[in-house]
Amino acid sequence: MSDFFAMGGYAWYVWMAYGVTALVIVWEIVAVRVARHRALVDAHNLKPTPPSTRARYGPAGSA
Amino acid sequence: MSAPWYRFSSPATFYPLAGRLTPWFAIAAAVLALAGLWLGLVVAPSDATQGDAYRIIFIHVPAAWMSMFIYLVMAFWSVLALAFNARLSAMMAQALAPTGALMTFIALWTGAFWGRPTWGTYWAWDARMTSELILLFLYLGVIALRGAIDDPRRADRACSLLAIVGAINVPIIYFSVKWWNTLHQGSTVSMTAAPKMASLMLTGMLVMTFAAWFYSIAVALTRVRTIILERERGSAWIDMQRDVMSVTT
Repeated sequence: MSDFFAMGGYAWYVWMAYGVTALVIVWEIVAVRVARHRALVDAHNLKPTPPSTRARYGPAGSA
Repeated sequence: MSAPWYRFSSPATFYPLAGRLTPWFAIAAAVLALAGLWLGLVVAPSDATQGDAYRIIFIHVPAAWMSMFIYLVMAFWSVLALAFNARLSAMMAQALAPTGALMTFIALWTGAFWGRPTWGTYWAWDARMTSELILLFLYLGVIALRGAIDDPRRADRACSLLAIVGAINVPIIYFSVKWWNTLHQGSTVSMTAAPKMASLMLTGMLVMTFAAWFYSIAVALTRVRTIILERERGSAWIDMQRDVMSVTT
């Protein structure tokens, strides 16, 4: 097992490469999910535009 | 003449389709990544010259291929966005840029940590490394340009132009090792000749490439759905989407 982590003496290089890759991938996944959740909540809470305003200003014409 | 796939060029029809597709790509990516990591880190033998340092190849090459491929896909959607004034095509290009940038960063970072033990340096200004770095700047430029322009449709057009103009860099990266005398090695895998690489190593690399590809698709589809929600804010069809209706704060 310690042979595996030693990577034949190249541990620093191999694990810096794999480790940072894993970190940035996890970061991207989390960031995408957070942004998506935020957009979903915003869409969920958006007050529907009243028909009178829709007629005057179009579908997204609400404050 | 009716072409049924035209239906999906509107955000309202594309949104639920993308939602149904994403989980499959995410699961496939996870399974392939686990298999690829098993092959690359455990099963594949040490290299005769480089020892275990070569195992970085299982991330470096897939990431580098994806960095170039995603850019071409982004440029493709940008062409469609400009040619057809298509909102959704521009949104797809917008969604691809961050993932492309990430793949480019991973390629550069893992390349540096592979270069140090094998070439003796983390970095050199040779043709391939320099043009890959420029690719990263192009991605970041597309992302930054979008942030700099208020009107989304103007931003679509500006970012599309930048993406298309920058596409020339991709063949430069690809052919750099042939055209110039580079520190970076020439290609080992070709579409015409047999690969000059042990088959287990090649298999691991291909598995990880598909993992990276499906991962990129899953992330880009998720991101474009968020972009759609943000840019189509207030549209009636959004209220009818199951994920919008069922979200808990």
